[in-house]
Amino acid sequence: MSEDKFDAIIAGGGLAGLSAAIVLARAGLEVLVVERGDYCGAKNMTGGRLYGHSLEKIIPNFADEAPIERKVTHEKVSLMTEDGSLDIGYGSKKLSSEPGNASYTVLRAKFDQWLAEKAEEAGAEIIPGILIDRLLVEDGRVVGIETDGEEMYSECVILADGVNSMLAQQIGMKKELEPNEVAVGAKETIRLGEDVINQRFGLKEGEGTAWLSAGDPTLGSFGGGFLYTNKDTVSIGIVATLCDIGHSDVSVPKMLDRFKAHPSIAPFLEGGEVIEYSGHLVPEDGIHMIPELVGDGVLVTGDAAGFCVNLGYTVRGMDFAIESGRLAAEAVIRAHELNDYSKAGLASYEESLKDSFIMKELDGYKGFPTILTRREIFENLPAMADDIAAKLFTVEGKAGNVIMDIINSLAEKTSARELVDLITTILEAF
Amino acid sequence: MAKMTIDDKLGLDLFHTDELTSHIDVDLEYTDEAEIRKLLLACPAECYKYIDGKLSFSHLGCLECGTCRVLSHGKIVKDWHHPHGEVGVQYRQG
Repeated sequence: MSEDKFDAIIAGGGLAGLSAAIVLARAGLEVLVVERGDYCGAKNMTGGRLYGHSLEKIIPNFADEAPIERKVTHEKVSLMTEDGSLDIGYGSKKLSSEPGNASYTVLRAKFDQWLAEKAEEAGAEIIPGILIDRLLVEDGRVVGIETDGEEMYSECVILADGVNSMLAQQIGMKKELEPNEVAVGAKETIRLGEDVINQRFGLKEGEGTAWLSAGDPTLGSFGGGFLYTNKDTVSIGIVATLCDIGHSDVSVPKMLDRFKAHPSIAPFLEGGEVIEYSGHLVPEDGIHMIPELVGDGVLVTGDAAGFCVNLGYTVRGMDFAIESGRLAAEAVIRAHELNDYSKAGLASYEESLKDSFIMKELDGYKGFPTILTRREIFENLPAMADDIAAKLFTVEGKAGNVIMDIINSLAEKTSARELVDLITTILEAF
Repeated sequence: MAKMTIDDKLGLDLFHTDELTSHIDVDLEYTDEAEIRKLLLACPAECYKYIDGKLSFSHLGCLECGTCRVLSHGKIVKDWHHPHGEVGVQYRQG
């Protein structure tokens, strides 16, 4: 390369950008990561849980050295009403039994800084504290970046600048986000102490719980509540899809306060100390919101590309980000070998995405964004579950017929037409 | 747990504040209450306030999520971009 030209500039030092940086630097390419936060992770937030399989491909057994919080061994899903909660819990040695299937709770400010160290060790250069103002485009081809009036040149730019991706929007690869495509997440990190968490959640040292809930947390609007156990804190928050804001009169911050006070949540938080409050957008529309992924001298990865799957009982984005960063880097390495950074030269990125779990899963679950805009899931279903459970588990010495109770409850909470409609939507999703 | 206001919560976060320059340009003369209501309900930092029929906005405490941009781009939100490098929220947990 020439003195002042990088092989690749990466916009954004999150999981996608840093994964790409590691793979490129290891291949001997000159890589610069530009991060707008004080340090990598400073602007990032997750619920959240990282499924480890994609990072395993880059750094085998990463959990042995990375600042993961806990390994998830307990899953919990709840349908909540104002005073009740019907829970499904699953704890098993099968969960997170080996690195290839393990998932971990993480806190991004810590985790991303560690991954940034790995990128630097591999030979990538990272400049934090700098916002890229715009991409430099010559003859329709991205040739570098401009920041604070200074121009920096590269053979290509990998956009890993997150869900809002102003840069992909600037060059017309990505449209303005629509309210049905994203949800807002608001989260508190609450310190409880390691032993208290172990006792309250029934966990052994290093084990963790992932807990998602729907219904009352968002007062029936599209979204839900989450709680993840970290080492000595818990991450608790609300996710609310933007197109359904206004379904209730309760604001997102107030939803979080209500959720924390819910009778099935509050006892877990008792005595805790809030240490941070955070907010972020989450891409939610899966395959329907994917932008142009490759252009002349440019590739789009991670949240910027909308790579995220929300199935209600599990939410994934970080493992997609890491995989897309790796695949983008491999495409750039190929382009470097061919000395062709045009759209055609970088096209192997899109091809390898199609062969990867990313596109296969986004395609396989393409109906889920539609399911998760069905009011029944968030309103009727939790109410029905609460009603049936209360009848099943209540004994007060009166004669009754459980089956009739269930049928009556179904009839009260939903019409036959609504029920058929919902089932059809779910079947169509598959 | 004790009740906390949004200011209490944001007070726990680390911000590098540029008091003078806002990265969001808001149309404070906007009067469509349905549009205003969405931002009041959705902004996780309660940066938008509507008191006595008057919309107000402060970028201090903004978590840079982009929610207001998505909800009201070209309406209440005239312009939205990221703050300059190092400015704004710096998560220590995330």
